[in-house]
Amino acid sequence: MEREVRGIQLPLSQTQKVRLQKALEQLQSLSLKVNFDASVVVADSISVNHEDGVLKGHGTADLNGEVVATVCGVVERVNKLVYVRALRSRYKPEVGDIVIGRVVEVAQKRWRLEINYSQDAVLMLSSMNMPDGVQRRRTAVDELNMRCIFEENDVVCAEVRGFQHDGLHLQARSRKYGKLTRGQLLRVSPYLVKRQKQHFHHLEEFGIDLILGCNGFIWVGEHIEAKDDMVEDQVNQSDPQVLLPSKNSVSLEEQEKSYTTLETRKYICRAANAIRVLSTLGFNITLEIIKGIIDLSLSLNLDIHDMLGSEFCVLVAEKEAERRSSNKKKR
Amino acid sequence: MEYVSPEGLRLDGRRPMEMRQIRAEIGAVSKADGSAIFEMGNTKVIAAVYGPREVQNRSQQISSHALVRCEYSMANFSAGDRMRKPKGDRRSTEISLVIRQTMEACILTHLLPRSQIDIYVQVLQADGGTRSACINAATLALADAGIPMRDLVTSCSAGYLNSTPLLDLNYGEDSAGGPDVTLGILPKLDKVTLLQMDSKLPIDLLENVMQLAIEGCKAIANYIREILLENTNQLEYRRGV
Repeated sequence: MEREVRGIQLPLSQTQKVRLQKALEQLQSLSLKVNFDASVVVADSISVNHEDGVLKGHGTADLNGEVVATVCGVVERVNKLVYVRALRSRYKPEVGDIVIGRVVEVAQKRWRLEINYSQDAVLMLSSMNMPDGVQRRRTAVDELNMRCIFEENDVVCAEVRGFQHDGLHLQARSRKYGKLTRGQLLRVSPYLVKRQKQHFHHLEEFGIDLILGCNGFIWVGEHIEAKDDMVEDQVNQSDPQVLLPSKNSVSLEEQEKSYTTLETRKYICRAANAIRVLSTLGFNITLEIIKGIIDLSLSLNLDIHDMLGSEFCVLVAEKEAERRSSNKKKR
Repeated sequence: MEYVSPEGLRLDGRRPMEMRQIRAEIGAVSKADGSAIFEMGNTKVIAAVYGPREVQNRSQQISSHALVRCEYSMANFSAGDRMRKPKGDRRSTEISLVIRQTMEACILTHLLPRSQIDIYVQVLQADGGTRSACINAATLALADAGIPMRDLVTSCSAGYLNSTPLLDLNYGEDSAGGPDVTLGILPKLDKVTLLQMDSKLPIDLLENVMQLAIEGCKAIANYIREILLENTNQLEYRRGV
């Protein structure tokens, strides 16, 4: 039985097809040994031991005393709790997640951000550090100057603060959060990004920053040195009430400084294409794997645009199969 | 006209209780949250689901439920004569409404408050039973988008011509003017969510025809299940741990 590989709409030659099929079969056989037969689709009943008592979690419902799935996914059991982990779905926020969003609206004392959730997230003016680094009450003047901080369509990195009565709130109370510039934003399915200790990465050998947002938004951009603002601010802090509109006052010298070198831009594109390949193949996206693919493309001396071709896609699948099976042996 | 030959074969060579070949494919629209193509013989339908997402028109926001919207359209090239229909004609408005109500009945909207789910279905090839095909495609797309549902909805049509109950009418049989029953069921809960009929049918025959349509729906449900399970398995093993 031959079925098109989901989401991969590339013109594959006959040999490439066979190779891809083989790599995917290897991946399948590797995962079958781990958890077999745990997948369910909508309205499948989940077998549970009722005598022990059952706690029904997300993605399950009760039907005549039976536990049934309400989404397609994988059944997970933690003690008494039974829930279904949905694969392809929108982002489900958890407190403390690092997310990347796009500003859709500047409203009263808040920005509204699109973060691939069922509602827009709210970032309050009061729950973010001011660019001048001063801790104080936010005044009406600050509110009027909100567009100096973020405008519509800006890409912003923030942390999930929690649910309030009017929706999901974010916060950006650190130097590492804030507006992202000079790079690319990629959107992948959120299930491909795993929650980890570290979501901000600096790839020193390429001079780029990589932020893996838990909501499936991934930022690849030029590395920006986190500078200590407190020192600098003492000097040019003439009027803390007014934020300088920086747009018009950029001197030539500063423009020179903000110029991204061709080398860096190429690496940004290379990393972005690596993530695109992973996303079309549906492989997990982590720093290690992205680095591996960038190295693979560099060692093959591949052009950046060729990374999206069918040959590289097959190579990545083969390499991933190899990597996973060697990981398995080590254990 | 003779719709069932003395040998018991229909116009396209099927037996009265035989369904057309069905085929489904998940993930046809890359930018959508969920999408699917569903084919029943020569009828081909594409569905895309966007959401749950922020409600576009604030005044329509419901604080306890999700808002479900549906848009049905027929491609200009889908039928034999290339007609330029205005967008909001009566037929497509009616079918949009039917699909919306059927899908809304199975989506657990209370789990997604203050959000909106958009379902877009387009007929690429029309050969009878577009309504059923649209509902089946929409179910697949919703399941692909990871939207919680009570059950899968599946739909199939049945008719009664030449004093024989016929399953899954095609365009020729549909335009014969005989009775045409479109049925939508929730296979697990064993409930009917949609029942429409054109023309008249004696009451004692209705049960027979409906039973036939139910069998058709169940067969489609089994197929959809298989496709979804394979898709889920594939996503899981490709992701790895």
